[in-house]
Amino acid sequence: MLGVIAYFQTDAANYINLVLEHVTISILVLLISMVIAIPLGIICSRSEILQNISEHLFSFLRIIPSLAVLIICIPFIGTGWKPAVIALTLLAIPPILLNTIQAFRTLPEPILEAATAMGMGTTYKLFNVKLPLAFPLIYTGIRTATVEVIASATLAAYIGAGGLGSLIFTGLGLMRVDLLYIGGISVAILSLGTGFLMNVFYKYKTRYLQIK
Amino acid sequence: MTGGPLGKGENMNAVEFEHVKKQFPRMGYMALDDVNVQINEGEFVTILGSSGCGKTTFIKMINRLYKPDFGHIRLFGKDIQNSNPVLLRRKIGYVIQQVGLFPHMTVAENIATIPRILKWDKTKIENGIEEMLQLVSLDPKEFRDRYPAQLSGGQQQRVGLARALVANPPIMLLDEPFGAIDAINRENLQNEIKRIHAQSRKTYIFVTHDIREALKLGTKVIIMNKGHIIQYASPKEIINNPCDNFVIDLLKTLNIQNNYVIDGAGI
Ligand SMILES: Nc1ncnc2c1ncn2[C@@H]1O[C@H](COP(=O)(O)OP(=O)(O)OP(=O)(O)O)[C@@H](O)[C@H]1O
Ligand SMILES: [Mg+2]
Repeated sequence: MLGVIAYFQTDAANYINLVLEHVTISILVLLISMVIAIPLGIICSRSEILQNISEHLFSFLRIIPSLAVLIICIPFIGTGWKPAVIALTLLAIPPILLNTIQAFRTLPEPILEAATAMGMGTTYKLFNVKLPLAFPLIYTGIRTATVEVIASATLAAYIGAGGLGSLIFTGLGLMRVDLLYIGGISVAILSLGTGFLMNVFYKYKTRYLQIK
Repeated sequence: MTGGPLGKGENMNAVEFEHVKKQFPRMGYMALDDVNVQINEGEFVTILGSSGCGKTTFIKMINRLYKPDFGHIRLFGKDIQNSNPVLLRRKIGYVIQQVGLFPHMTVAENIATIPRILKWDKTKIENGIEEMLQLVSLDPKEFRDRYPAQLSGGQQQRVGLARALVANPPIMLLDEPFGAIDAINRENLQNEIKRIHAQSRKTYIFVTHDIREALKLGTKVIIMNKGHIIQYASPKEIINNPCDNFVIDLLKTLNIQNNYVIDGAGI
């Protein structure tokens, strides 16, 4: 316990730095994943074959441990934050992609027909009707991905990408339990806290689903 | 007025079907089987017929949600196959059978959909919302910020009606717009829509299962059976000269209804 207090007294600036690194890498990964997975999901939802391929491929990807991907990346990209971002992106894409496909497959037909009949063009309909209606499922995928990425970003420190994982690996190296606690608990709080905040936002955005 | 509101053209038939056929895959008969009909501008045409006879198909042909397998459809003399479907639809109001309100938008936003597509300015949109809600007897203060999930089925249908009417399009397609509305409100809405139509002189095409409603509202009535138009005539003509046994049977149900009402009132 003393160790924990002492750590915050002397290394507060370092700690904040690690948190920022952790958050930055997570946000970067999630942005890249969304930019890839949402359009890809929309495209895949239009064809039975593409949908099957992507579902199998990404369900398979899901079971490969991120650490393995990290290590496979090293020979090609070296160490640092780049392979970490790649490995974490591969982790984050499946939940977003699969939920996007699911969302676009289950859009209510009469409502789309009403939109078409009102004279909406394809793009206008996508942004004003389809995406808002698909939002709950897509967002749920993003939330799953976020929680997973924040937790797994810990591993990224293993190949020198920084973040709260560094504390844990340092703690392991120096046999300092206090560092392990600080690192582990911080990641847990960050991950669960973000999940919680995202839930609040979800409830707010989907008020129309909850009123009955 | 010269030419139709949807474009030029000498022919003042608002809607014209010429040998229109439509068959869906895995269907034994045709949803529309060689349909020929001419609807004058300003007419209020009601379509009557049993379930599955092709009423919705007929309506969806007009705004190009369905494409004919054969034949031509002209609006104000112009073949719709040659027009841009998106622009065409902006001039055709459509109340769909399943209501189809956007669940993620409030009542006001639903009604504002077409005005926004048409890029009306804010005040005009606000006034339109207000006016339409009053028209369908929903208090704007109480209803404008509700979501569709917070409305009864009948209230949803009325919002659907308001949404389609707001831009006062030259052609209105209404697919059983009053199906989920109780008798009293239905009577009121029938009177309302009759009044709106009389003021606007636009062309209305109105599907219903209720023969009384069809005869009350229609300046002309289309009677359909299994993809065919059996009779297209004024309500008076239909009652006086039913052209076919199917129509006679339909009218019999009306007599039964009427007698029942009269008997009931006598008690
Ligand atoms: N999109 C479609 N795909 C396949 N078949 C269809 C489709 N739309 C309609 N049909 C078929 O075409 C026929 C006519 O359908 P339509 O919806 O026009 O009937 P309707 O007269 O509107 O009936 P209701 O009064 O029940 O609404 C029906 O047999 C229906 O099953
Ligand atoms: Mg129908």
